[in-house]
Amino acid sequence: MSRLVVGPFNRVEGDLEVQLDVEDGHVRSARVNATMYRGFEQILLQHAPLDALTYAPRICGICSVSQSIAAARALAGLAGVQPPDNGLLAINLMAATENLADHLSHFYLFFMPDFVRPVYAERPWYPDAVARFTPLQGSQQRLAISARKRWLDLIGTLGGKWPHTGSIQPGGSTRAIDAAERLRLLTRVREFRQFLESELFAAPLERINGFTSESELWAWHAEALGQGDFRQFLQIALDTGLEHLGPGPGLYLSYGAYPRADGSMVFPRGLWNGVTQCAQALDLDDIREDSAHAWLDDAGGPRHPADGQTQPLMEKPDAYTWNKAPRLAGAVLETGAIARQLIAGQALLRDAVARCSATVYTRLLARLLELAQVVPLMESWLIALRPGEPYYRAAALPDKGRAVGLTEAARGALGHWLEVEHGKISRYQIIAPTTWNFSPRDAQGQPGALEQALQGAPVLPGEKSPVAVQHIVRSFDPCMVCTVH
Amino acid sequence: MNTPFRVLWLQSGGCGGCNMSLLCADTQDFSAMWRSAGIELLWHPSLSLESGDQVLDILEDCLQGRTRLDALCIEGSLLRGPHGTGRFHMLAGTDAPMIDWVRKLAAVAEYTLGIGTCAAYGGITAAGSNPTDACGLQFDGEHRGGLLGADYRSLRGLPVINVAGCPTHPGWVTDTLMALAAGLFAEADLDVIGRPRFYADQLVHQGCTRNEFYEYKASAEKPSDLGCMMENLGCKGTQAHGDCNTRLWNGEGSCTRGGFACINCTAPGFEEPGHAFQRTPKLAGIPIGLPIDMPKAWFVALSALSKSATPKRVKQNATSDHPLIAPSVRTPRR
Repeated sequence: MSRLVVGPFNRVEGDLEVQLDVEDGHVRSARVNATMYRGFEQILLQHAPLDALTYAPRICGICSVSQSIAAARALAGLAGVQPPDNGLLAINLMAATENLADHLSHFYLFFMPDFVRPVYAERPWYPDAVARFTPLQGSQQRLAISARKRWLDLIGTLGGKWPHTGSIQPGGSTRAIDAAERLRLLTRVREFRQFLESELFAAPLERINGFTSESELWAWHAEALGQGDFRQFLQIALDTGLEHLGPGPGLYLSYGAYPRADGSMVFPRGLWNGVTQCAQALDLDDIREDSAHAWLDDAGGPRHPADGQTQPLMEKPDAYTWNKAPRLAGAVLETGAIARQLIAGQALLRDAVARCSATVYTRLLARLLELAQVVPLMESWLIALRPGEPYYRAAALPDKGRAVGLTEAARGALGHWLEVEHGKISRYQIIAPTTWNFSPRDAQGQPGALEQALQGAPVLPGEKSPVAVQHIVRSFDPCMVCTVH
Repeated sequence: MNTPFRVLWLQSGGCGGCNMSLLCADTQDFSAMWRSAGIELLWHPSLSLESGDQVLDILEDCLQGRTRLDALCIEGSLLRGPHGTGRFHMLAGTDAPMIDWVRKLAAVAEYTLGIGTCAAYGGITAAGSNPTDACGLQFDGEHRGGLLGADYRSLRGLPVINVAGCPTHPGWVTDTLMALAAGLFAEADLDVIGRPRFYADQLVHQGCTRNEFYEYKASAEKPSDLGCMMENLGCKGTQAHGDCNTRLWNGEGSCTRGGFACINCTAPGFEEPGHAFQRTPKLAGIPIGLPIDMPKAWFVALSALSKSATPKRVKQNATSDHPLIAPSVRTPRR
């Protein structure tokens, strides 16, 4: 058996190291190390509660709006306020803009470039992949960066700037959109739709959204081989075995995304059980964070985030990461677009996951389907705005209390647990999506989701940074700065 | 043949947002923008193909002088803790603290840039109890020093160039790198705390769309109000250095245009203003932070006068989220 230490990873957000024990050309076991600690949960203490709206987005430069929303919802819970309809729509629009920008970046900038590596030089699709996805040179990568820039301009209007807007408040949005601005935003969303329909899907979004099974998807793929980047991905996935690479733990979590005024959500909250093929209710009380293998004080054992603590402790022989291990009733969960889609009942994805489980292929498929689904939703939300009516509702914060703020970042379930005493923040605990996905072992020795997904991954002779490992790691679209925070 | 101007971009104790912001640079073709300026991204965290051992080879080539490192761009604070060990960030795959890598690379860099307020001065990561002992490359808050020390100079003789901002504006980064690559940037182009003067010699107030409300001290009272946010909502646009309201963000944005206060994010220490960010601290009803270069007595006198002269339109619109009264129409006369 030999050991490989792989890092630094790029084309993930933040710094990441993976330790692999390799035997007979396969990963036998993996340990994931989130290598950086900043201490936001300590930094936030003793600040005025609304100051969280300045600090929280700065946890992460790629999930910044999501962090703002989680903080604002925790504060809204404390104040007992809900944004007016316009505020809800404006915040959903910003969340969707960021999430789709991240999906786009993930596909074109982070994930696909690995297929231009020389290891694939003999594959029939290789020359085309090089032409499309080579960093800073590939035709499609360059178009995608440009499309992304134009897309994020939506938040320039809706929230002043991206990342790190201050417009998202417990009572709604500080930026009322007038009728002329609404039309400009709608035009910009349609421009992005045009990019997706001509470059990524080579099909109308409605066609993609109409697929209800894998057989329909693959029949469509065969209609025009090589047309569009999605078809190119499907061909590569089939040829390189991504369908079965990197299986996750089989239990999926989503806090639900895009709330409506009546309290329901476009993508519902819950769990999906891959074994029983059923959705289950989520009980937040079952969450515990286990720091047995983190460089953190874990006195008192695993804690619910409402009673959580974060105190660095370097001298721990079994520790190998700064990340805690969140568990739900002891179970390891996977979160992300794949969880949102499964719980929401997206037929094609349920069909694909029933066949292959959560793998590199299905994780990618879930994100791309979400791009196709959410753009039409955004068009409808813009139409639903009522210029002249309020975007913000004022509310006073109590001097003490506890609340939780939940949302879905591009990469999955994000929660902020807030406690206020004497008008100051007395506890602030954050569990980010990659905290779940890239968690270390817990006290029972149970590996986290990525650690499980890496087991069995092929390692080719001479590989120092195995390409299969890179595919699996990036298939989660990890955000390491969020992970530890 | 011209050799390219090589840029190495590394991240430490920050959020990665300055890099995400950079990718929003206002250009039709991001890669062509660099190439046409003679700039090569030697390694970049979101873009480069090289990963793992290949990255370490690139760093080693710079350290050994096999590759000339023209611009070392560091994003994020430098984490000195715990107890000076730097172990709050060990560069993955190396078993060495990131601060050691930065010190070594800064010694071979033609120019060193602190990208964002974290790398410049410590920034958000240094807020609160500063649990990681975070600092900037050449500043620890407002004090010279930081990781590299007050006397540090890169090979071309310049101190660290602090492209401060939280996040920094993509244009601030591209303009700085392009000026450096073209040989058009000198020490005189930096302000007293190392920021490029092309953006730091301006105030966020200049070009603010709320200036008519400012003139009459017609103030916003709650978030989403259209009025000036200086009196009540913590806005520091009259004191903050940056061209945010003339070089806009993400198309047509800026903080004040987004309806929230400027928090002076290009300045050292912005992360701990000593008051709640969204509330203006006052003494006897007068904001403590007055407009730059304005004597207090003048400000008080001017405020009293302008408040008494506020047109009804401006006064009413100031506390609404959309204009209630439109400017009256006056037909031009010949």
